[in-house]
Amino acid sequence: MKGIREISGKVFPLDRDHVDTDQIIPKQFLKKIDRQGFGQFLFFHWRYDDDGELRKDFHLDDARYAGASIIVGGENFGCGSSREHAPWALQDFGFEVVIAPSFADIFYNNCLKNGILPINLEHTEVETLLEKGLRADYSLTVNLEQQTVHDGEGFESTFEIDPYWKQMLLNGWDEISITLSYEEQIEQYEKTRQE
Amino acid sequence: MKPKNIIEKLWDEHVVYQESGKPDLLYIDLHLVHEVTSPQAFEGLRLKDRSVRRPDLTFATMDHNVPTVNRTVINDEVAKTQMTRLDENCKEFGIELADIHHPDQGIVHVIGPELGLTQPGKTIVCGDSHTSTHGAFGALAFGIGTSEVEHVLATQTLWQSKPKTLQIEVTGKLGFGVTAKDLILGIIAKFGVGAGSGHVIEFTGEAIRNLTMEERMTVCNMSIEAGAKAGIISPDETTFDYLKGKRHVPDGDQFQTAVEKWKSFSSDEEASYDKTLQINGSEIEPQVTWGTNPSMGISISSHVPSPDQFTKKSEQEAVQRALAYMDLEGGEKIDEVPIDFVFIGSCTNSRLSDLRAAAEVVKGRKVKDNVTALVVPGSQSVKSQAEEEGLHEIFLDAGFEWRESGCSMCLAMNDDIVPPGKRCASTSNRNFEGRQGNGSRTHLVSPAMAAAAAIEGRFTDVREMMTVVH
Ligand code: SF4
Repeated sequence: MKGIREISGKVFPLDRDHVDTDQIIPKQFLKKIDRQGFGQFLFFHWRYDDDGELRKDFHLDDARYAGASIIVGGENFGCGSSREHAPWALQDFGFEVVIAPSFADIFYNNCLKNGILPINLEHTEVETLLEKGLRADYSLTVNLEQQTVHDGEGFESTFEIDPYWKQMLLNGWDEISITLSYEEQIEQYEKTRQE
Repeated sequence: MKPKNIIEKLWDEHVVYQESGKPDLLYIDLHLVHEVTSPQAFEGLRLKDRSVRRPDLTFATMDHNVPTVNRTVINDEVAKTQMTRLDENCKEFGIELADIHHPDQGIVHVIGPELGLTQPGKTIVCGDSHTSTHGAFGALAFGIGTSEVEHVLATQTLWQSKPKTLQIEVTGKLGFGVTAKDLILGIIAKFGVGAGSGHVIEFTGEAIRNLTMEERMTVCNMSIEAGAKAGIISPDETTFDYLKGKRHVPDGDQFQTAVEKWKSFSSDEEASYDKTLQINGSEIEPQVTWGTNPSMGISISSHVPSPDQFTKKSEQEAVQRALAYMDLEGGEKIDEVPIDFVFIGSCTNSRLSDLRAAAEVVKGRKVKDNVTALVVPGSQSVKSQAEEEGLHEIFLDAGFEWRESGCSMCLAMNDDIVPPGKRCASTSNRNFEGRQGNGSRTHLVSPAMAAAAAIEGRFTDVREMMTVVH
C-alpha cells in the first residue's frame, strides 16, 4: 500500500445521509474473487437506470467532477453491510478521501485498512463543502500529517485521527506484518488462557 | 474492585497487548467464515506465503449466494466460483467447512449457536455485519471487513480501540402478540439508526430477561441497524439451558465449570455505562417499516408519516425520497398497503421458533392470490426439525414455498429476488433500496406479521388473527 501525505483534488458532493454500502456497491457485484475493478459499479443503481443509461439525478459522471479524489457525504456514511467492496469500489473509482459528519464503524475501519482516509468534520463544515463542491473549479487539500483540510479560499479545518492509524496511513504499512512481530505476546496469551 | 459491565470484562479478558496511543491487540476466540467476504483474504495469505494461525478456532460455511431450490445444479457461474474457491481454501488451510451438501450448512449466524460454537465470554468475528447476533449469548461478537478477515486468519487477533458502552434498558413486559422483532424495530424507530454509533449495546431489563435465546438473537442481530458495533446480553440460566448438550459445548462436570466461568462475565450490578437509554417494552406494538432504512418504522395501527411532520430539511428530504422509492403517500394507513411477496427467513428470523410462530398463523389458511410467499429455514438443521414437526406441510398446504437454507431473499444474491416495483413483507433486517432486488420495496416485520400479510395480501395486525384462533 502506498502512503498518504497530502491529497489535493476535486470534490464530489453527495448530499445524502445514511449512504449505505448496498448503494455504494450493490450485491450483484460482490461475486468477484479479487479486489480490482469495482469502480465501474460504484453507486451503480444511483448512476444508471434500468436500461443502463446514466440517470439525470445523480452526478458522479458529470464532467465537472471528473477525476475527483475526495467524496463528501452526509451522516452515518457507509452504514449497513460490512462489505469491504465498498471502499474497494471508491478507491478503484479514484477516491482517496471520504469526508462526512459521521461514519458507520465497520466502513470507517475498512477505509483505513485500504489506505483511504475517512475524515469526520462538523455538520456545518460538511454543509459548506457540499455547497462549494458543486463548482467545477473547486478543489480541496487534505494534509494528513498536519490533520488539516483547506481550500485556499477561506475554508479551513482540522480533523481527528487515531495516531496509530495516522502512522499506518502515512507509511502505507501492512498491518499483518506489524502484528506478526507480536507473535511472542500472542503465544504467551494462548498459553495463559489454556491454564 | 470497580464494578464492570460485560463489555468491559470481555475486553479486558482478551487484551493480548496494550500500549498507550495504540488500539489494543485483541485475541479472537472464534472466527466464522463465508464465501463472499473471504476469497480476497485467503488470496492475501497466499501472496505473502502466510498460514492460518488457528484453523481450530475457524469455521466456514456457504450461505450468502447458495441456491435454495436445487442444490445439485448451480447455474450461477460466478457464485459457483466463490463456493468452489471457499472449498479449496478450507482444504488448503485446514479449516472445517459445512458446504452446501453438509447437514450442518446454514446461515453462519444461525449455525454458530446451533452447534454450540457460540458461547458466553468468547470474542467472535465474521466478515459479516450481523455477527452481532452472537452477542445474545454474552459473547463480544462483531462484523469485520475482508482485510480484517485476513488479519484474523493470519494472527488470530485484531487491533481494536475500546468501544464506548451503551445500555438499553427495556422495562416492563412485551404485550400479547408482540415479538422480539417488534421490540428491536421499535427500539430503532425510537432511537434512530445512529443511536449506537461508536458503542457496543448491552440490552438489559425485565423484557430482555424474559426473552428466549432465539428471541435474544433477533434483538442482538439488529443492533448493527442501530449503528452499534455489537449488541450483547449478559448470560443467565436461559443461556446455559440453551447451550447444554450442544455439540461444541463442554459436557459433564466440565459443563458446570464452564457455567461458573460464564456467570462471572455478566455485568456487575453496580456497573456503569457511557450512555443509558430506556424504553418501556409494554408500549411497543407490532411494527412495520415503511421506508428505506430500519428506523423508518411504525406500529401496525399507524399511518405512514409525511415529510412535513419533520422539522429538519435533511429529514424531510430523506422521508420524501423514501416515500417515492417505496411508492407510498404520507398519511396512508399502513394496514391498507397491499403486498406481492412474503419472505420468512434470514439470520434475524429463520430459527425454529420463528417458523413455529409463522406456522401458527398460517395453519388452516391460504396465501392470498397473487402473493408469492417463501419460507427459507436458517439452517438445514432447522429445516429438518421443522419437517419433523410437520411445519413444512402447514406452509405448503397454505401455498408457501418451502426451501433449502441460506441467506436467500434477504440480500438476493442468489435467484431469490423481489422484482422491480414489487412489495415484500420480509422478516429480514434491512430495507435499503434494492436490497431484495433492484427496485424492490422491502417492509421489515416479524414472522407472525409476515405470515398474516401473506394470508391477507396486505399488512394486518396479527393479534386480531391470533385472537380468532384461540
Ligand atoms: S441472512 Fe441476510 S443479513 Fe443475515 S448473514 Fe445472510 S445476508 Fe447477511
